[in-house]
Amino acid sequence: MSTVLYDYPGPRAKRRNVVLTVLFGIAIAALLWWVYQKFADAGQLEGRLWKPFTEAATWRNFILPGLRATLLAAFTGMILSLAFGIFFAVGRLSEHWWIRLPVGAIVEFFRAVPLLIMIFFIFYGVPFLIQGPVPIFWALVIGLTLYNGSVLAEAFRAGIRAVPRGQSEAAYAVGMRKSQLMRYILVPQAARAMLPVIVSQLVVLLKDTALGYIIAYPELLQRGVNDLAANFGNVIQAAIVVAVIYIIINSLLTLFANWLDRRTRRLGIRVPGGTGALRTTGAVDGA
Amino acid sequence: MRIRRIAAIAAVALAFGVAACNSDSGNNNNAGGSTATGVVGKAQRDKKLIIGVKADQPGLGLQTGTQYEGFDIEIAKIIAKGLGVDAANIEWKTTVSANREPFIQQGTVDLVVATYTINDDRKTKVSFAGPYYVAGQDLLVKTDSTIAGPEQLAGKTVCSVTGSTPAKRIQENYKDTKLQLFDAYSKCLPLLENGQVDAVTTDDIILAGYASQAQYAGKFKVVGKPFSTEPYGIGLKKDDKSSCEKINDILKAAAADGTYKAAWDSTLGKSGTPAPTLDTTKLTNCG
Amino acid sequence: MHVFFEQENLDAYLSGFFWILKLTGASAVLALGFGVLLAAMRVSPIPVLRGVGTAWVNIFRNTPLTLVIFFSFFGLFSTLGLEFSDELDTNQFWLGVVGLSAYTAAFVCEAFRSGINTVPPGQAEAARAVGLTFAQTLRIVVLPQAGRAVIAPLGSVLIALCKNSTIVGTIGLLESSNIMKQLINDNGDAVIEIFLVFAGTFAVVLIPTGYVFGWLANKLAVRR
Repeated sequence: MSTVLYDYPGPRAKRRNVVLTVLFGIAIAALLWWVYQKFADAGQLEGRLWKPFTEAATWRNFILPGLRATLLAAFTGMILSLAFGIFFAVGRLSEHWWIRLPVGAIVEFFRAVPLLIMIFFIFYGVPFLIQGPVPIFWALVIGLTLYNGSVLAEAFRAGIRAVPRGQSEAAYAVGMRKSQLMRYILVPQAARAMLPVIVSQLVVLLKDTALGYIIAYPELLQRGVNDLAANFGNVIQAAIVVAVIYIIINSLLTLFANWLDRRTRRLGIRVPGGTGALRTTGAVDGA
Repeated sequence: MRIRRIAAIAAVALAFGVAACNSDSGNNNNAGGSTATGVVGKAQRDKKLIIGVKADQPGLGLQTGTQYEGFDIEIAKIIAKGLGVDAANIEWKTTVSANREPFIQQGTVDLVVATYTINDDRKTKVSFAGPYYVAGQDLLVKTDSTIAGPEQLAGKTVCSVTGSTPAKRIQENYKDTKLQLFDAYSKCLPLLENGQVDAVTTDDIILAGYASQAQYAGKFKVVGKPFSTEPYGIGLKKDDKSSCEKINDILKAAAADGTYKAAWDSTLGKSGTPAPTLDTTKLTNCG
Repeated sequence: MHVFFEQENLDAYLSGFFWILKLTGASAVLALGFGVLLAAMRVSPIPVLRGVGTAWVNIFRNTPLTLVIFFSFFGLFSTLGLEFSDELDTNQFWLGVVGLSAYTAAFVCEAFRSGINTVPPGQAEAARAVGLTFAQTLRIVVLPQAGRAVIAPLGSVLIALCKNSTIVGTIGLLESSNIMKQLINDNGDAVIEIFLVFAGTFAVVLIPTGYVFGWLANKLAVRR
């Protein structure tokens, strides 16, 4: 198969590829073997460290409650981020400068501040201001919302601007006002094109909920690694299991996002300006 | 006209948001002892208490599945009983060293029984009843280590938890020791096992709890020369003097009628150490 | 503001940001290099390399960075014995850099892959038809076009990298977020100022960076 980088392999290239395949295969296998040995030497492969994961009680008491808390924070954050995102995207496209500029400043600010710093401030700092508690859950979710909502706001703005101009012109010609144009024409079309971006951002959100363990929100890392390891003394093993869980869930979400993307592509809704770059921007920005 | 409509919608949304926030913090505020009789009053009114405990310290405060077990838990149950709250009506909340003061100040919990050392710095933020036990900072080392005390820590690496008094003491008094900080002791232990840190430091009784866990049996030893006194107190809201005195009375009663000894025997006493005697003359921290 | 007038606090704030800058710089270089390598691996005709590249990207894109940094410390350092230095914070720094680079390289790889995909295959085929070697095709035809398409996504990745470097604080490095937490705990009355200074520093650095990359991307965009 000819790609941009590599040409159809001729006989010499085919031979070379086979040789390289074997060489690299051996090298990778050797590396994995070395890692395995080191882990065994350090005693990390002992049965009793892994045994707790074969017991249902471990899952029921530590991992599943943690997972539930993670998903709860992620989905609440997603819904709030969507609302925040649409609201601020429309705001930034307003013709009134006294709406556009402050909204723009807010969005840029929250995109630039690290999530950890925001969560710390909301949890440790805000209580000094309002003289009252900030529940851990809301400290995490509000931080997530502010950040991901801003990223979504930018994505929505790009999506709205990518809807063909003819649509807006036709709407104005028929006598619609700006708010009607947004509500009936632009946002629905932009939303459909933005679905893959939204789901990719959900992946980012899920990963960011892991920061909750730093303020002791009982999500998957806190329960599945810290508390579990305190009981069984198997920090690394617990972390590996939890990592696999994250990978599985996020992979499923990414597959879902790709499927959505293929579907909307088929339905003919396109976001011009380089689908690849735009989509990567949305997903990559969260990193 | 349009702007008025938008403003109306925004106002309604804001009102909802404020109401939602308030109902969250409002509940907490009412539960946080803002009435004149503080914790005692709350216990009498609601017959419920929220108590902050540790979840990852075997023998003292460990979350094993859905239950919490340990000496601190038993003491908390004794106190709750003395205030008229049944053990079944206690809501246990996991706290980590760094967020004990914020939790009390914000009213997220009513009391904290979590290996909470009394010191003057903390007294500026919260009040303490007790002490109900006096521990001492000590070192956990490998069984064959030659470290026999903090003087031999120069140039060595010591591991502890962010926000704990032992960590602060090392930072201030043993400046030539390298300090590795994590959010949980369970992360320090594998480092000790593999030799990346030379010692783990915290209160001797916490160290004993870890050393006696099945998976670390025979690998670690507590040096056995405590170099500080760590009086464990019960944290509650600052200036809640009446509740503080009441809790001290409950402790005195428990020392007299054997429930204190029973609490010890059923948790830490299982290792064979006899129960200490609670020195009721030292219960003077209410100020 | 009085908090930052104390020398001790000012030193802590500056040292925290110094760590962030160093982390970002070192990780950016490594992530860029390794990301390009991964992209080359992912499209190569050798199945083993393709598999490794794909596995790497899928694992690191779907794992929280917190766990990656955790494994860098507990896996690489504690179990595999990879120690960079005797100095505690230098060691933490480099382990953090390794974790950050491994994580960010996955995103750099995806950005480059999409960049390469914007180059019409006809260009490469024409280059080969004219007799350019692999290296020449890459240097003269593919990379200039692909490079100009990846500027925008790479800018986002760099900004995300800078913000993610705060997570290295979870293995004990005293970078900005840990310093901010300490300052807030010790100075409860100056919370807003502390937050504004720390957040403001990030904003002042990152917002212009975003605009510069956007402007650069527009200026250098390949007009087809």
